[in-house]
Amino acid sequence: MSSQSVLVIGGGIAGIQASIDLANMGLQVYLVERTPSIGGRMAQLDKTFPTNDCSMCILAPKMIECAGHDNVHLLTYSEVDEVRGEAGDFQVTVRGKPRYIDLAKCTGCGECAEKCPRRVSDEFNMGLDKRKAVYMPFPQAVPRKMTIDAENCLYFAKGRCRVCEETCQASAIDFEQQEEVLELEVGAIVIATGFDPYDPAALKEYGYGEIENAITGLEYERLICASGPTEGHLGRPSDGRVPQMIAFIQCVGSRDVNYKAYCSSVCCMHATKEAILANEHYPDLKSFIFYTDMRAVGKQFQEYIIRAKEQYHASYIRSRPGKITVDEQSGNPIVWYDETVFSEAGDSVRRVASKEVELVILCQALVPRGVHREIAEKLGLEMDESGFLAVRDRLECPVDTSVPGIFACGFCQSPQDIPDSVVQASAAAARVAELLRPNSRRPRDA
Amino acid sequence: MPRTRVGVFVCHCGNNIAGVVRVPEVVEDARNLPNVVYVEDSLYACSEEGLSSIKEQIAKQNLSRVVVASCTPRTHEPLFKDACEEAGLNRYLFEFVNIREHCSWVHRHDPARATEKAKELVRMGVAKARYLEPQEEFESEVFPAALVVGGGVAGMTAALSLANQGIQVYVVEREGQLGGLVREVRTLFPTEQDTGELLGPLIEQVRSHPQITVYLGSEVENIEGFIGDFDVAVATDGQVRELKMGTVIVATGAKEFKPLGMYGYSGLPNVVTQLEFEKSFKRGADLPPNVVMINCVGARVPERTYCGRLCCSTAIKNAIWLKEQDPDAKVSVLHRDVMAYGVDIEEFYRGAMELGIRFLRYDVQNPPEVLGEKRAEGVKVHHQLMGKQIILPADLVVLTTPLVPREDSERLSKMMKVPVGTEGFFLEAHLKLRPIEFSTDGIYVCGSARYPSSIPESVSQAYAAAAKAAIPIRDGSVRVEAITVFCDERTCSACGNCVEVCPFGAVELQEGRFGRTASVNVTQCRGCGCCVAACRSGAMQQRGFDDRQLLSMIGALADEMVSVGGR
Ligand SMILES: Cc1cc2nc3c(=O)[nH]c(=O)nc-3n(C[C@H](O)[C@H](O)[C@H](O)COP(=O)(O)OP(=O)(O)OC[C@H]3O[C@@H](n4cnc5c(N)ncnc54)[C@H](O)[C@@H]3O)c2cc1C
Ligand SMILES: Cc1cc2nc3c(=O)[nH]c(=O)nc-3n(C[C@H](O)[C@H](O)[C@H](O)COP(=O)(O)OP(=O)(O)OC[C@H]3O[C@@H](n4cnc5c(N)ncnc54)[C@H](O)[C@@H]3O)c2cc1C
Ligand code: SF4
Ligand code: SF4
Ligand code: SF4
Ligand code: SF4
Ligand code: SF4
Repeated sequence: MSSQSVLVIGGGIAGIQASIDLANMGLQVYLVERTPSIGGRMAQLDKTFPTNDCSMCILAPKMIECAGHDNVHLLTYSEVDEVRGEAGDFQVTVRGKPRYIDLAKCTGCGECAEKCPRRVSDEFNMGLDKRKAVYMPFPQAVPRKMTIDAENCLYFAKGRCRVCEETCQASAIDFEQQEEVLELEVGAIVIATGFDPYDPAALKEYGYGEIENAITGLEYERLICASGPTEGHLGRPSDGRVPQMIAFIQCVGSRDVNYKAYCSSVCCMHATKEAILANEHYPDLKSFIFYTDMRAVGKQFQEYIIRAKEQYHASYIRSRPGKITVDEQSGNPIVWYDETVFSEAGDSVRRVASKEVELVILCQALVPRGVHREIAEKLGLEMDESGFLAVRDRLECPVDTSVPGIFACGFCQSPQDIPDSVVQASAAAARVAELLRPNSRRPRDA
Repeated sequence: MPRTRVGVFVCHCGNNIAGVVRVPEVVEDARNLPNVVYVEDSLYACSEEGLSSIKEQIAKQNLSRVVVASCTPRTHEPLFKDACEEAGLNRYLFEFVNIREHCSWVHRHDPARATEKAKELVRMGVAKARYLEPQEEFESEVFPAALVVGGGVAGMTAALSLANQGIQVYVVEREGQLGGLVREVRTLFPTEQDTGELLGPLIEQVRSHPQITVYLGSEVENIEGFIGDFDVAVATDGQVRELKMGTVIVATGAKEFKPLGMYGYSGLPNVVTQLEFEKSFKRGADLPPNVVMINCVGARVPERTYCGRLCCSTAIKNAIWLKEQDPDAKVSVLHRDVMAYGVDIEEFYRGAMELGIRFLRYDVQNPPEVLGEKRAEGVKVHHQLMGKQIILPADLVVLTTPLVPREDSERLSKMMKVPVGTEGFFLEAHLKLRPIEFSTDGIYVCGSARYPSSIPESVSQAYAAAAKAAIPIRDGSVRVEAITVFCDERTCSACGNCVEVCPFGAVELQEGRFGRTASVNVTQCRGCGCCVAACRSGAMQQRGFDDRQLLSMIGALADEMVSVGGR
């Protein structure tokens, strides 16, 4: 008989939803997440289009439901090392990185982090803040436990410190902890490894990294978020001043054969959301969205754009800006673009124009996570030219990969927003159920 | 009787609540309320830490009631109820107070009054909590079969997936054959394969699967009941079959909008829609050399604001098809934005441009104009790069129109008691996290019935719906929330109002100890409360919302109002 267990790789919203559905089907789920907490990119977002629900508020219950499910075995800070076998009967090796924290003892009180002398860039906040070497990525993390990041910890670098150990009342710090290797037998695999933002510095004309007041979409999400590093204060990097005019540049690295040929699918909408949020925070603030096509194709999306225009001072300018320069004195970015101007006769000309704003948000391309490439190669999983996991037949079975028994959902297989990722996650669960035919009842109170 | 011991947990929700509502004041206020023995403020009550604190305090303070004042019951109430239960407290001894949506969000600009309101809501919650009673949930059985309404690509895929999971499925299709809208579609984006290649095998699998029964030329006449126990009446040629179902999937699709009177459609013979173009022009036939397509006809306009999502792709597909049949054909697509989202469709779009198909953007304020008296002869449009009006010669004008809801979706929605949204498509429980579920348990939606969706999207949704619809069936039973009603037979006047209003047929008049009175079948009651409102004798009482509980809330508020008035 096939194994009644499933491996889910990646604990973003797609992996979480797939795990919950599979667990509710009575299957045993091993959810492997590379970072210390599940949640994925959605945990980093402030609100979500098109209804502006607070992202963490709707995600947190899902994370808890998932981790608390009797049939889900959460393996965070872990990675899949090897996969052998075939549909119905895979052998998987999972490597759990040492956290140097005894999960059974740590209460998540945070005292250790309070005292830890080593400050490092905080990846959850897109480097806009510092965290300690012993840390929890965000307050609602699941599991709500600490991790010592050995690469930055003074003790591992210099052999001295262990302040955290002295501080911890629960004796949860364990510098002797070793890597843990787990061998699993599973009947099916669901891959949900999501995306990384593309580094917009590749597009020299937009000056990312050089122009202080040019930031990315994800950085903006952290800035505008009430629980972010600035508590929602939209201070711009150069001087901390709140801008009154901001510009969004769409398709930065997307839809460009020199970079990423595809459309990242969500950035038109997240820019619209971010313009709305900015104006909600600062009612006089104006946004200018420079776009190629405004791809607002989902339920309630057009209506969202209408609201952005009518109620939130958002202007949409159809143009792909050629470059961004800076006004040295004010630090203001100047966006250079071409615009259409009409004469009274109804004829029009395109001409170069510029707009000085105070902050620019570069809506960068989103790229599938590269990490699964090695696993993919080992398994013979096919990928498309852009690195998205290829599916066997888009029309017939859009969540089946090229290898039987292995399914893919969410952003790792095609650019998509949260609702579509949730749909695909449940779809993958159905395909697994067709393969493994679970018949056990879930525990009564699950 | 042991004294009721109420614990109150007030949540900051990070800054979501505490940014507006002065949480410490709410905490202090709650300390003085009757029966309150413990109050705590929590940064995130729903975090693991917050939940374990609730559990800890239930034990430590010997709490007999728990009140959480936080974000929203919609996603969070079950979480807190579970925590109570895990700590040994009956889950019905929990009361939720919504101080985020009802205070900090709606009164963002008035922190002082938002704080006052939060205090009042907490007082009301505590007042009610004192009268809460433990309830037992019961299990109700789930009949092991699923109904799929609609036999298009979505319905067929859902049926196959369920059947392949070992579940008995019944498909009800109104037309004489399976396939739905795509039967009329010639080739399919993004693969450009012939529709038959997809549809043929799919229909064959559905027809031959031993666990699928298909009723063609049939309609669902009526559905009654609830998750696990739906009574369905299916009419075929005037004959009615009664079926029992555990869960239901709605896959009734949508139809192409017919743009009567727009751009010469229905007057000029050579102005057609995309679907008509696919139907009437076949490979090898005489094809028109000059074709102009106009996108967003009847979409993204004030009377129909939404975007049809897939119709741009249809236009690209048909433009490519024409160019491939006749490389010399001149094909132009007039559009407002090209919705070629993702990897495949963007590539498809780029391919179309490389083939020489012209994409010209028009402004909705200045739309194209179809020229010609008896036939369309050209299309006038403002060319944005050339900066002036041009006339494109046209032997055929193809109008790209969106999918619109089917006429009877309103009727279905009423019959199944599931909502439709402003566009007329079925409305899911939560736009982001429950995209294919209805808020009514046991009914799911997929495909274009929910919103215009391409086949890959419809198929994904169909699988997702199959996953959800299979779970209760595999479980064999569901737990029913104990918010049902009961009739106090001594006060019931047997007027029968409750029987009239109950949408679920749960109330009957019966002879009993006190003569003829209303009697409730709790397995059928969904706790909607209609009968309680309709009862003129105050005999109908709802568990968790009984008169004492609700009046105590009003009392708590009224006391407050009196004291404010007296100040
Ligand atoms: C700025 C911005 C704003 C957005 N706003 C919205 C919005 O408002 N509404 C909306 O619907 N969508 C929005 N999106 C899109 C949304 O973020 C994605 O749709 C969603 O996050 C996709 O979920 P996922 O689970 O597929 O991927 P992810 O969220 O990326 O999760 C993938 C998970 O897998 C883990 N992982 C990766 N590789 C491995 C590995 N090898 N082993 C183990 N684990 C691994 C990662 O650590 C991560 O936890 C936005 C995106 C951006 C960039
Ligand atoms: C011109 C055009 C071209 C297209 N081309 C493509 C393409 O190339 N590629 C692509 O991916 N997508 C394409 N689509 C989209 C495709 O048609 C949809 O994805 C697909 O039809 C969705 O399937 P469905 O099952 O949800 O709905 P439908 O196909 O509409 O099927 C619904 C079924 O339910 C039945 N039904 C309705 N109401 C009831 C009722 N009350 N009781 C019983 N039965 C009922 C209907 O008779 C029908 O058979 C195209 C659409 C159009 C209009
Ligand atoms: S490791 Fe110790 S000090 Fe740090 S959070 Fe855990 S229990 Fe607290
Ligand atoms: S050893 Fe020192 S640097 Fe390392 S985590 Fe502990 S306190 Fe921080
Ligand atoms: S979603 Fe919008 S911004 Fe993003 S790549 Fe596509 S067209 Fe460009
Ligand atoms: S998909 Fe294209 S043609 Fe259809 S409504 Fe949207 S923008 Fe218009
Ligand atoms: S509350 Fe009353 S009206 Fe509503 S389902 Fe129950 S018995 Fe029927």
